Amino acid sequence: MIDLEIPKRLRPLVDQAHAIATSVFRPISRKYDLAEHSYPKELDLLAAILDGVNDGGAGASASQLKRDTTPEEPGSDGAPKNRNGGNLATVLGMMELCWGDVGLALTIPRQGLGNAALSAVGTDEQKARFGKRWIAMAITEPNAGSDSAAIRTHARLDGDSWVISGEKIFVTAGDRAEAVIVWATLDAALGRAAIKSFFVPKGSPGMKVVRLDHKLGIRASDTATIVFDECRVPKENILGSAEIETDKSFAGAMKTFDNTRPVIAAMACGVARAAIDRTREILKDAQPRDANLRSPWLGSNADAELARLEAELEVARLLTLNAAWMADNRIPNSLQASMAKAKAGRAVTEITLRCVELCGATGYAEADLLEKWARDAKILDIFEGTQQIQMLVVARRVLGKTSAELR
Amino acid sequence: MANRTEILKRISGAPLRILTRLGGSDLPDRFHFRAAGERAVYEAVRAGTKLVKTAARAAAGEPKRLAAGKGTGLFDPRPTEEQVLMRDSMRRFAEEVLRPAARAADDAAAPQDAVLEQGHALGLAGLAIPESFGGAATERSTVTNVLIAEELARGDAGLAVALLAPLAVVHAIVEWGTAEQQARHLPPFLGDAHVPAALALLEPRPLFDAMSLRTGAVRTTDGGWALWGTKCLVPLGTRARFFLIAADVRGLGPRLFVVDRDTPGLAVTADPAMGIRGAGLGRLHLEGARVADDAMLGGATPSGAFDLGALVDRARIAWSAVAVGAAQAVLDYVVPYCNARIAFGDPISNRQAVAFMIADIAIEVEGMRLLVHRAASLADRGGAFAKPATLARLQCASKGMKIGSDGVQLLGGHGFIKEHPVERWYRDLRATGVLEGALLA
Repeated sequence: MIDLEIPKRLRPLVDQAHAIATSVFRPISRKYDLAEHSYPKELDLLAAILDGVNDGGAGASASQLKRDTTPEEPGSDGAPKNRNGGNLATVLGMMELCWGDVGLALTIPRQGLGNAALSAVGTDEQKARFGKRWIAMAITEPNAGSDSAAIRTHARLDGDSWVISGEKIFVTAGDRAEAVIVWATLDAALGRAAIKSFFVPKGSPGMKVVRLDHKLGIRASDTATIVFDECRVPKENILGSAEIETDKSFAGAMKTFDNTRPVIAAMACGVARAAIDRTREILKDAQPRDANLRSPWLGSNADAELARLEAELEVARLLTLNAAWMADNRIPNSLQASMAKAKAGRAVTEITLRCVELCGATGYAEADLLEKWARDAKILDIFEGTQQIQMLVVARRVLGKTSAELR
Repeated sequence: MANRTEILKRISGAPLRILTRLGGSDLPDRFHFRAAGERAVYEAVRAGTKLVKTAARAAAGEPKRLAAGKGTGLFDPRPTEEQVLMRDSMRRFAEEVLRPAARAADDAAAPQDAVLEQGHALGLAGLAIPESFGGAATERSTVTNVLIAEELARGDAGLAVALLAPLAVVHAIVEWGTAEQQARHLPPFLGDAHVPAALALLEPRPLFDAMSLRTGAVRTTDGGWALWGTKCLVPLGTRARFFLIAADVRGLGPRLFVVDRDTPGLAVTADPAMGIRGAGLGRLHLEGARVADDAMLGGATPSGAFDLGALVDRARIAWSAVAVGAAQAVLDYVVPYCNARIAFGDPISNRQAVAFMIADIAIEVEGMRLLVHRAASLADRGGAFAKPATLARLQCASKGMKIGSDGVQLLGGHGFIKEHPVERWYRDLRATGVLEGALLA
């Protein structure tokens, strides 16, 4: 039965996340935007609370994206079972947290993208052994961004150790995290099939954070360059099989994105929501009359523009919830995950920039957070697959094309 | 699992009815009923429904309203099993009946009689009419109405509007009519013959505001009403037997009036437009058109309190659903076309400029659909749906039109000529955001 509202069961979680956004994130939002690279210690307490919630099995977090133990709700009238589980909970929670501050949400301890990857592709034994840590994800290299099959970081087996060498950039939480999941090739000549991921704890010999980037936005979150110079990790730290089989294993690694892309889309929805809410507040002072919903021609230009932005946000939000719901119900969702990410990424950029414009000097000045959100927004249309990569994924699926046909 | 009889009973007025109505035509064969059992159950249900119909006819008193349904409290993008069955039947009807008839209806600016009869035989009115009047409706079915509108419009928007127009009249009478009006006007829609009727809200002026009507009704000395004003782009205008006309009543506000086509003071002319031509659009000229007191839907009683805002919102949901269907038709068409069309040695869809345009259509159609479904499902639950309906309409007007335009663009010169339907969809999709009323979801 079609129902696109927030499920009753998850409303307390949404309220909690909103409360955190309001009382923890917003008060320190500007502070860590200005103090780039200083660690937001206020988050330690929050992380501890979230750990407790997750261990209780009622949480929404990176590690819950795939591992879904919520009971299935019986379908009514013999309808197929309907699961509102970890993926839906995570995107709903993330929307609220990022309404508070996306940079801070990205740097909550133990909620890294690596945690999501581990729970998507790790064995139970690996999850148990590595899972309690804050794990970052290292894929991009100076000469391989969107084309992740072109990475040059390589790994070779030497006795009981993997020996990894290469340079990774743009590693979110790369400095603060306690471990990094690194993509490396076993043989660059063999292409995608040879790309594997490895769990590399901080302090592994030969691993070094060499640089922290200064960024346009999400400045509360650290973005690191990490060099691996003959870095050794135990043989068991490879995620998935060590065999070079077919393109299957790469597809497996890419599958992580089916779960994480809706989360990034959710971040975008949260930031966009924040900008629209704030703009409404500001414009209300400027023009106290409520826009008449049913008579679009009678309102002001600003009313009409805000309504248009609302509609764009609503599309992004529903596409995101839909993609997460599919993941919860084990329905293949690569197409919908990319649709959500594509739409939300471009929507948040347009919405936040337009809100700055609508609010004029108030929107542009650092005295308000609107300009910050407009800077934060841009990354959401880039990481976890750029707008253009999402469009390729969608186009290939819709047109039934291979990556060789549509490049 | 609720038993199958119940489910089929709910859709017994739907495509299955064609089996008996048009027993001699080849139409039943086109529906490819998979299970022989479906037919058997249907026959049993149909016999039962007829009994209910005659028994309930006499019952009057309080008007029958459809109550809001209950949800499960869970997020769920899937229609019910019953809705899926119906949607599939509508899809086949749209593909096999509407699409082949679309071009001729567009040229003639009128729907074909045969299409209207076949559409009527789908029995959709039965889904909208409460059980006590012989229909199968037990609760609000905005989502179902939206799914139907989507699928019919995927075949052809103009003909879809023609088929949905009488349903809007039915919905309005169920929602706002008195018991007497319901008993008088609803049963004919369940009969064997198509009942052409339409809801008229839109007025011909720029920046039209659906919430402030210039058409007015004034008391006559004999206790009836006289209507003055102009209604335009009314579906089935050229053939409707009666209209539901929205007019402002001083002291009461906006109301709907049942006005017969041959009412003195009402003149109807054709009002062909850019698109939606297959609906047979007409213009109503009201120059003191005289109707009796009981022509006012719901009367002046509290139980019949008419809500123009709700009408406008439900109409916008329905028009948005039509846009979703037409936009989906564009997507369905451009994918195989661009995959087959060769330029510079490759299918044009191998180029990002083309492929991304199509990806964008796919994303926006899905987004439009989700907005419409959300508004509809809120309406079914009795939730506030004015804002979701507004957002759906905004999005469907702008993105729907973009899709219509891109559809023509993707076919290039071929898109501009009538050998392909994309130019018609371009014209049809401009209706979203312009046309008001006429349909109800």
